[in-house]
Amino acid sequence: MSFFDELDQFSPRIAAIDSDGVTHTYAELIERSDTFASRLDGHCKRLVFILCSNNIETLTGYLGTIRSGHTGILLAANIDSELLDNLLELYKPDYLWHPGTSGYELVDRRVDRSVMIHPDLSLMLSTSGSTGSPKMVRLTSGNLEANAASIAEYLRLDESERAITSLPMNYSYGLSVVNSHLKVGATLLLTDASVITRPFWDTFRQREATSFAGVPYTYEMLRRIRFFSMSLPSLKTMTQAGGKLTPTFAREFADFAAERGIRFFIMYGQTEATARISYLPPERVVEKYKSMGIAIPRGKLRLIDADGAEITTPETDGELVYTGPNVMLGYAESEADLPKGDELQGELRTGDIARFDSEGFFYITGRMKRFVKIFGNRVNLDEIEHYLKAHGYSAVCGGRDDLLCIATTDHEKAVEIKTVVTGKYGFHHTAVRVAEVDQILKSESGKIQYERIFEGMLA
Amino acid sequence: MDNTEKLREVFAEALQIDQGKVVDSLEYNSIPEWDSVAHMALVAAIDDAFDIMLDTDDVIDMSSFGEAKKILTRYDVEF
Repeated sequence: MSFFDELDQFSPRIAAIDSDGVTHTYAELIERSDTFASRLDGHCKRLVFILCSNNIETLTGYLGTIRSGHTGILLAANIDSELLDNLLELYKPDYLWHPGTSGYELVDRRVDRSVMIHPDLSLMLSTSGSTGSPKMVRLTSGNLEANAASIAEYLRLDESERAITSLPMNYSYGLSVVNSHLKVGATLLLTDASVITRPFWDTFRQREATSFAGVPYTYEMLRRIRFFSMSLPSLKTMTQAGGKLTPTFAREFADFAAERGIRFFIMYGQTEATARISYLPPERVVEKYKSMGIAIPRGKLRLIDADGAEITTPETDGELVYTGPNVMLGYAESEADLPKGDELQGELRTGDIARFDSEGFFYITGRMKRFVKIFGNRVNLDEIEHYLKAHGYSAVCGGRDDLLCIATTDHEKAVEIKTVVTGKYGFHHTAVRVAEVDQILKSESGKIQYERIFEGMLA
Repeated sequence: MDNTEKLREVFAEALQIDQGKVVDSLEYNSIPEWDSVAHMALVAAIDDAFDIMLDTDDVIDMSSFGEAKKILTRYDVEF
């Protein structure tokens, strides 16, 4: 059993208030979801693409798909049409639930599927929201239930909570807010508005939001709008994940929260673990604001060295490995992967380098994989390199979080490359830096020397 | 250069759009180029260009080019 099947215990309570102020009870949400599900052919397991905004239709499609035993793929409603076409081609969904000219429409695209969808597969999420990477994480309803339960436990959520949806539902962190609150019968305040707009704060105050969630960039925006001097009497909890918050900012928010009696949770996670892996208990945040905390309830964190042996000495770097009931089945790259079962058996090698202190609190110190996070979204550097190469450019990619750096040997093409990349991936131009170089530095064995190439650009 | 021109240049540069597109009715979120990330870049650019520090309410109320001009008059910028 998962919370998807137990929503009726909260029937008269308010599940969601949409951006127009319309309230939806749990009973109504169940009814809408069941109506949606009745439109899906139930002869076999179906694949449904759900284009997401923070609205009741998205919630309906999501719950309806999973409650009726089908499989959903959540995508951003404003996804680039070229990326969407590519995903439709690769995964061949049976249905597309998307905003049409007059409200949401269900498009029937059923064709004979050559493969069966694995019985445990409930949901797929993109590993990299913004680039629309076709690589998906395969999750079960058991994964979603386990993670929602762990989160509700450490956040100590109850039905009095009113979380404002400050992140999109197709993003694992945003979805985890939805799931953990539905798990306990709490209320979601649905809005797509950004924290730097009036409608967000109007909703926040009028509907008395008790919590919000933010990626590092959200917190940077909050600093700029002088969040610390805002009057928000209903606010009880702030959570932060989706990348490492600059330590000085983490300290400022920790101090602010302590002063105001607000709980501030610094957390860490990956879509590969449904969302959440660790959290820093808020009573320790003022002293340990640089830490990603401890494993969530029912999860376990450990470090391994280059030989795979467990590291038992504090302050020693190793690869962070997570075990828990929220670890995905595995990846999918196309329809052909839909029949696959559990390939990870509950163990996830995160690709992040970490250490722990004498009290067992973990700290991220590096990254093994070649990606950066741009405004909370993972961006695969090799993928962008391949894209540029395929379009005739000689360029390599590096950078740090919130700054993608590109070095090219093409003469006078820097501006053009920047335009191509910002246009294709939707990055703001200030998050991309392109430089012309004489040559792409390589080691004797022919490996690209990324660190040497980009040390100047990152300085 | 008058302040309308100056502000139009700041908008065009921060949002990476043609100056011709920067008209009073240009609204936040009405074009993909003016999203929340661009809005922060825009606010920083306005602060720099006019040597001011926009207040919380002014940052979140700056929902169009026309509104931006109105807001700036409160910082003694004349249009």
